[in-house]
Amino acid sequence: MTGSDALQARYPEIWRKYTPRQNAIRMLWYMGAVFVAVWSVRHLDIPWFYFLDAHVQAMDLGVRMFPPDWSYIDEVIDPLLETIHIATLGTIVTFFIAFPTAFLAARNTTPNTATWLFGKFILVSTRSVNTVVWALLFVAIFGPGPVAGVWAIAFRSIGFVGKLIAEAIEEIDHGPVEAIEATGASRLQVLLMGVLPQVLPVVYGTIVYRWDINIRESTVLGFVGAGGIGIQLYSSINQFAWSQVSLMLSLILIVVIVSEFVSATIRRWIT
Amino acid sequence: MSTGTTSPPAHWSRPPLIKATWARHTLTVLVLLYLVWSLNSLEVDWERVAKGLPRAADIFSRMVPPDFSRWELLSRGIIESLEMAFAATIAGMVIAIPLGLCAASNLVPKPVYLIARSIIVVTRTFHEVIVAIFFVKIFGFGPLAGVLTLIVASISFLGKMLAEDIENMSPGQVEAIKATGASFPKMLIYGVVPQILPRYLGVSIYRLDANIRHSTVVGIVGAGGIGQTLSATFSRYDYDFSLAILLAIIALVFIGEFFSSWARGKLR
Repeated sequence: MTGSDALQARYPEIWRKYTPRQNAIRMLWYMGAVFVAVWSVRHLDIPWFYFLDAHVQAMDLGVRMFPPDWSYIDEVIDPLLETIHIATLGTIVTFFIAFPTAFLAARNTTPNTATWLFGKFILVSTRSVNTVVWALLFVAIFGPGPVAGVWAIAFRSIGFVGKLIAEAIEEIDHGPVEAIEATGASRLQVLLMGVLPQVLPVVYGTIVYRWDINIRESTVLGFVGAGGIGIQLYSSINQFAWSQVSLMLSLILIVVIVSEFVSATIRRWIT
Repeated sequence: MSTGTTSPPAHWSRPPLIKATWARHTLTVLVLLYLVWSLNSLEVDWERVAKGLPRAADIFSRMVPPDFSRWELLSRGIIESLEMAFAATIAGMVIAIPLGLCAASNLVPKPVYLIARSIIVVTRTFHEVIVAIFFVKIFGFGPLAGVLTLIVASISFLGKMLAEDIENMSPGQVEAIKATGASFPKMLIYGVVPQILPRYLGVSIYRLDANIRHSTVVGIVGAGGIGQTLSATFSRYDYDFSLAILLAIIALVFIGEFFSSWARGKLR
């Protein structure tokens, strides 16, 4: 009897994916998540009555935004180009800072633990602070204008680009490195001939990928005065000039989609 | 030397990334031209920039030491940001499911697919801060606008990931369930959900982490959270409090990232 009981326990009549214990744990997690969400919403004290006329407001906005005011395009082409320039220049600056930092933050190329921690610290801290927050800081330093924007874009991207490059450096094949070392090459030569060729495709790919993210990010730099189309966008919104706003949003949409396409094409071509 | 077999070259140089010499040189020239053009077209007030370094030194000296004395204000902002992120993630997870199903080309008819995909593309294009401004205009200042912004961002991200997972899942299980004569909802529950649920939860946890990061910034246009407090300190030149907030944000993001990678590791 015991034998068939054991068999019954192992191959029950009805198949279940989870044991009761696993189910209970899963349910606890789900309930916990729902509880946290409900508690958050209650604690945020949301004025629900705003929703009563939200659809009216949104429709009103929609009607005012259509059609876009194409005559305003002369005013926004230059800021739009400036947005692209900020993204591109910021990405170039990033490259020069992130590239050496990545070698510090990769365990197999960093000279010692102190430099490794230093590299990691730079990557983590630059990545944690949002572009717009960096822009606030750089506007305070350099005054309003695209220079602050370029530095904001550059600083936020250091952590992102550096992290991905550092991971690529840590995952390289050690064969070529040992081969170069065996020839009696110096440390620098090992880096240049053994490590660099292996990570270059990742470096280019990451930079191009970040560039396309940066185009998106640089559209809002103007909200805090750091140049680009955000300045015009913000002032048009504040003047309730919705047909100008919709024009700018359409242009941003086009630029972002084109840059995404360009970036995807280049990345496919590199790797 | 010119006669006979080719001897190996005395000096080795790395093979270039772009084989064709003309293409390489054209590219270099184009990049340089672009640099000149873009640097010239940015209207830079160099005098103002030159004053930047001493100003930076001044700002940094006023930032240190960070001022944590108004920790009540700080913790209220941080908690509000966290609440916005949690609420938006859960709401986003629920709403992203129908959108994700509609954006999977192997489940729905073409017109539905195209509509869902274009919703995803358009919402993904606009930066959170732009979306936040709109919600602030419709719903007024405060965390509601921020939550809605994060919900929009979460829906488009989660919907996209969900659709891609559904498109990449193995069709065998779905066909097996269909062969038993199961209806469309049953096919979803027994054929699709078990395949994508673990990944969907993982992506959602990642999104929670992303929402925590974004919740710290939508406040800059008045959509609630710690960002609102931060931008106020900058406009009041209250730099030592700014640094305290920045450190708190960095710690928050760090903890969020840590939790997210721990939880995703558990799921696997």
